[in-house]
Amino acid sequence: MKKLASILFTFLLILSCSEDKDDNVSQVSTTFNFTHNWEGTLVTNANFNTIQYINANGEELSIEKLRYLISKITFQNTNGKTYIIDGYNLVDVTNNSNLSFSSVTTIPTGDYTNVSFVFGFNNDDNYNNNYPDLNSTSWNVPEMLGGGYHYMQLEGKFIDNTTTETGYAYHAIRAVDNSGTNLEFEDTFIEVNLGEVTITNNATFNIEMNIAQWFKSPNTWDLNVLNNMLMPNYDAQIMIYENGQNAFSLESVTQ
Amino acid sequence: MKKWLLHICIIILFIFTSCTNEPVGEYVAVPTSSPLQIPQLFEENILNPIIPIDNPQTVEGIALGKKLFFDPILSANNTQACADCHAPENAFTDSSRFSDGIDGVFGNRNSMPLFNLAWNYDEKFFWDGNTFGLEHQAFVPVSDPIEMKSSWAQLEAELQQHPEYPNLFQQAFGASTIDSTLVTKAIGQFERTLISSNSKFDNYLLGKTELTSQELNGFNVFMDESRGDCFHCHGSDKNPLWTDNIFHNNGLDETFSDIGLGAVTGDPADNGKFKSPSLRNLNFTAPYMHDGRFTTLDEVINHYSEGLKNSVTIDPLMKKLTQGGVGLTDIDKTDLKAFLLSLSDYEFINNPNFKNQ
Repeated sequence: MKKLASILFTFLLILSCSEDKDDNVSQVSTTFNFTHNWEGTLVTNANFNTIQYINANGEELSIEKLRYLISKITFQNTNGKTYIIDGYNLVDVTNNSNLSFSSVTTIPTGDYTNVSFVFGFNNDDNYNNNYPDLNSTSWNVPEMLGGGYHYMQLEGKFIDNTTTETGYAYHAIRAVDNSGTNLEFEDTFIEVNLGEVTITNNATFNIEMNIAQWFKSPNTWDLNVLNNMLMPNYDAQIMIYENGQNAFSLESVTQ
Repeated sequence: MKKWLLHICIIILFIFTSCTNEPVGEYVAVPTSSPLQIPQLFEENILNPIIPIDNPQTVEGIALGKKLFFDPILSANNTQACADCHAPENAFTDSSRFSDGIDGVFGNRNSMPLFNLAWNYDEKFFWDGNTFGLEHQAFVPVSDPIEMKSSWAQLEAELQQHPEYPNLFQQAFGASTIDSTLVTKAIGQFERTLISSNSKFDNYLLGKTELTSQELNGFNVFMDESRGDCFHCHGSDKNPLWTDNIFHNNGLDETFSDIGLGAVTGDPADNGKFKSPSLRNLNFTAPYMHDGRFTTLDEVINHYSEGLKNSVTIDPLMKKLTQGGVGLTDIDKTDLKAFLLSLSDYEFINNPNFKNQ
């Protein structure tokens, strides 16, 4: 009888060791690298301060400063469940810093129908938090324009229509009309969709920004008209938003 | 009886063997920690100050640094202290355009005011950022031939033979040998305590006082990209440092006799760039700009309004160059000045902890 019980117990033990599908789902980390180009030609801070690019409107220009904010990196899986990576990242091309962003947040391996990030902050993140690191680097938007934070600062010089080298400050924020008694807003943060991806291991997303796109389409940007004081310019902010829709692309995913 | 004697012998033997020569270490004073008191607006809005891990703030270190800061022993002929060019009543700058050293030779830049230095996150000091770290900054003037013109070997020897300093260094750092590292560490500790955070505008932000309509409009001019647009480089209500501590060419000259940051980096794109100074305490820090060319705030405001000069490296934020600048109205100029003066901190310049007393 004792022998029979032992055999039965061993048999049950072996049976219970079947494959558990959950065992194949592991948590992995993700890294996002940001590189920049002008119509396919690599741009780094080594290329700054020299007039060498031509925008869609035919203006020759240089870049002296480029930094922008990305936030809310989101993975959506086939079941509709979303995983949001904690934190945000101020990409600072000028100082060659924060060109790579890794979070402590991990995600499960598997198939994702979309990966996305927000260029700038969505309204909740923009207004409901105080960010000492961003304040310390003077990234704020004045209260008279609703407060919150810049999305991008792109600055440099261009040759204007009098052949004079002139500064431009292409600053992106949430569009606001401050001409009336009340501020009227339009959302201009951009949700950048990177498409489907299957995650099997720790993954690195290589994301490209084509800087030329900010001047290109659907709005051909005329720097002679729009070169400075763009923050309180509602229409300019809408145009920036529209041009920014295709500024980013997913170059590759390595894992 | 024999057993009793044996017990006594064992006890005596034990006592004797336990009385070995125990080495008694010298008494070493442990400095008392004295963390920086971070002002509320700083705590709420910006990153923590930079305190080197090898130079924590201590009561003894700060006191020693203060004594050194005000002591002319640092100069070759014992006539000049740090405070001679960094006077407390001037928010630790010099009211003269240029400062003269012990031989009466003048430099070519205006002495920088000293406050909130621990929040200089990039740790680049001087107008052209040529020195990394506050301790290293303190190292420079002692041996500069047109400033204190001493040598560190001479100063170290003088301090070592001084009736008070060896004991003070012992208390602050537990060291009997005085060297330049400890001297600059002490001065750095004192300088980090020079915190200015109690201006009228600070108190306005804290809800403790009201601004005049002039000051309020002046603040709006400051923050308005279509008018002053000062905030991109000089902080805001969310950045109480009132500087970005970054280097800009702000349109002072078409050609440069002093190329500033360019001489440090060797990059022509940096020619004519100097650090944005904080706008705190402008009431005490005249003259203005890296070379002290403007004696009044009115001149400064007029410069940005209609006096900008174009050059290859001028900052893109210097707009409307063809008309010389942003073209402020007279009212906006007056109000902007009123706002800027509201950033002056009278408690700071009168703080007895920062004076030689």
